[in-house]
Amino acid sequence: MEHSTSPNFKQNAHDALNDASLQRALGRLKTGFKDKRTAAIAQLPEFEQLRDAARDIKNHTLANLDHYLTAFEANVIANGGHVHWCADAEEARQTVLKICQDKEAKSVLKGKSMISEEIGLNAFLEKQDLKVVETDLGEYIIQLRNEPPSHIIAPAIHVHKEQVADSFRETHKGRDINRPLDEPRDLLDEAREVMREHFFAADIGITGANFLIAETGTSVIVTNEGNGDLTQTLSKVHIAIASLEKVVPTLEDASTILRVLARSATGQEMSSYTTFSTGPRRGEDLDGPEEYHVILLDNGRSNMLGTEFQEMLRCIRCAACMNHCPVYGAVGGHAYGWVYPGPMGSVLTPSLIGVDEAGHLPNASTFCGKCEEVCPMRIPLPKMMRHWREREFEKHLGPQSMRFGIQAWAWMASRPKLYQLTTGFAAKVLKSMGGRKRAIHKLPLARGWTDIRDLPAPQGKTFKQLWAEQQAAKKA
Amino acid sequence: MSFAPSSTSKPRVGLFVTCLVDMFRPTVGFSAVKLLEEAGCVVDVPMEQVCCGQPAFNAGDLASARKVAKPLIAMFADHDYVVAPSGSCAGMMIKHFPELFANDPELAEPVKALAAKTWELVSFLTDVMKLDGVAAAFDGSITYHDSCSGLRELKVKEQPRKLLRSVKGLSINELQESETCCGFGGTFCVKYPEISGKMVGDKTTDIKNSGADMLLAGDMGCLMNMAGKLRREGSDIEVRHVAEVLADMTMAAPGIAGSEKG
Repeated sequence: MEHSTSPNFKQNAHDALNDASLQRALGRLKTGFKDKRTAAIAQLPEFEQLRDAARDIKNHTLANLDHYLTAFEANVIANGGHVHWCADAEEARQTVLKICQDKEAKSVLKGKSMISEEIGLNAFLEKQDLKVVETDLGEYIIQLRNEPPSHIIAPAIHVHKEQVADSFRETHKGRDINRPLDEPRDLLDEAREVMREHFFAADIGITGANFLIAETGTSVIVTNEGNGDLTQTLSKVHIAIASLEKVVPTLEDASTILRVLARSATGQEMSSYTTFSTGPRRGEDLDGPEEYHVILLDNGRSNMLGTEFQEMLRCIRCAACMNHCPVYGAVGGHAYGWVYPGPMGSVLTPSLIGVDEAGHLPNASTFCGKCEEVCPMRIPLPKMMRHWREREFEKHLGPQSMRFGIQAWAWMASRPKLYQLTTGFAAKVLKSMGGRKRAIHKLPLARGWTDIRDLPAPQGKTFKQLWAEQQAAKKA
Repeated sequence: MSFAPSSTSKPRVGLFVTCLVDMFRPTVGFSAVKLLEEAGCVVDVPMEQVCCGQPAFNAGDLASARKVAKPLIAMFADHDYVVAPSGSCAGMMIKHFPELFANDPELAEPVKALAAKTWELVSFLTDVMKLDGVAAAFDGSITYHDSCSGLRELKVKEQPRKLLRSVKGLSINELQESETCCGFGGTFCVKYPEISGKMVGDKTTDIKNSGADMLLAGDMGCLMNMAGKLRREGSDIEVRHVAEVLADMTMAAPGIAGSEKG
């Protein structure tokens, strides 16, 4: 995804808030993810210790990232696979294209991959006349609708089943136009039928990776549909595309983090499928790809190392932060304007595409802290959003009026006498404006407040005025 | 700061009034003083205090935040405790002041000392002064919103409920989502008014569904946001800071929103 609409966040949010269909869909977050996570965690007394362990594993890995990445590479090669180090999106796209061309491939199957979204892979491959088919049902639906995902684990969470039925009738030709597609089961069966044909015809299978395991040279994906398995085992060539920070030292480490991943994401103990891929098919193997490639993508991540944003690289993409975020819950994923929505996106997106482009995202937070509370990797998301606001302030980005307002306020607030005179006066004026209702309905300089809600009027005198009067009366 | 030491070993508490209480709701300040004195503290109010600097801190303007915050360090140096009727402002001083002055060789240590003795009002009463109950009465049902900073930064959750349960005649109707943000978020509510409006609208729906006569919380920012929205929606649910009920001062002034009597 090359271009973002993040600078238009406010307009995007406005549109989202007025989209009744989207608002109805977002209502499903609570029962779909939040309640299930709560229930899953209640059943695992050691969950908090697991979070500590998971955090420590990633911290150790990030502190020794070069070591574990080269170890991973060496083991992939030893298993007969290939590793491609790609600095940016363009290099990654060209590398995938080269592999496809070498194989004279005509079609590409995709398992779900956010990195593929990040580098805009589908659009690029289609321009090269390759047929690209998403095999994750959610991804398949948004591919048909020509939309980006609105959530990192439930890409089509904004779509209703009636809309899916419409897309299927339009795209799946040669079927009875009046066939029943009312139930999720109908949709699932039809998607499966259509998908089967693609699986057996595919040349290249591309998946993401939830983990790369250094000690074995393994890539791991978790899915609930089994499509990832088929994508990588039935294709002649398996390409796993992963960003650098996906590496962990050992199988044991991956197992530890897996214990917090699905519980945080969907409230499952484990995903239905956890698939470990270690190299291409060996002589005695019954199935598996003939070639195994790993694309190791940097795309801005190494710049985060050693900065106050390094901890963001612990993220395992469980989506707990967005599932629980009241801002995400209000506007949905598309409003954020780039690949990664919600709190994790509000920290990661400015790192990857620049804070001048994505400055709204870390600002559109109340710092309520719910994201940090649920993050299995204990990433201090609000703190890092604040760090982005600091970078923004240093670069003179953001609205000039806000900057001026804060500085004027700080000037006043460091002059107690003047401040007290001013607030004393304001309290008096606002009280009289509030009248008998003790509330102000409209205040020209505070429309951001009064467009939404009344301003409760002050009581009339400030506490300090009253306190001084009281103390003086006591002395008298 | 001149301060007359008391003859007993009563803890000397510096009240950090907070800017919203000072300008909008002095009754909360007086409720806090009453509660602290009844709990056995001597209360002092340094008159030069203004703000903790949080608006600038959260806007990324660290220089302004330091400028506003710095005088508080000396102002409260001699008090045994600093208490604020706000989880947000107390959280700023406890959790973020040490960050803000971490690289200041002269202030890093004094700031740590300030952070260590600063408390949010209700948790100070229960956790430090070991208060189990209050001598207050309120005939009606209340619901309680857990303001985010107090809840997540300072773990204020059970403390206000414990004291509220001791109020004669009071019953608690819990919200479905008492821990969900009300959409205030400091400057967020005016920078992103539409999103804030959706969040506070969800909150007021929850409040109305609780059936309670009164909404309580421990932070003026959240309270003004929810009170303003309730009033805009024509609801007559009364809104007050929790300290007003605990101090038995609901008759001293009408609510932040709600009925006209008081």
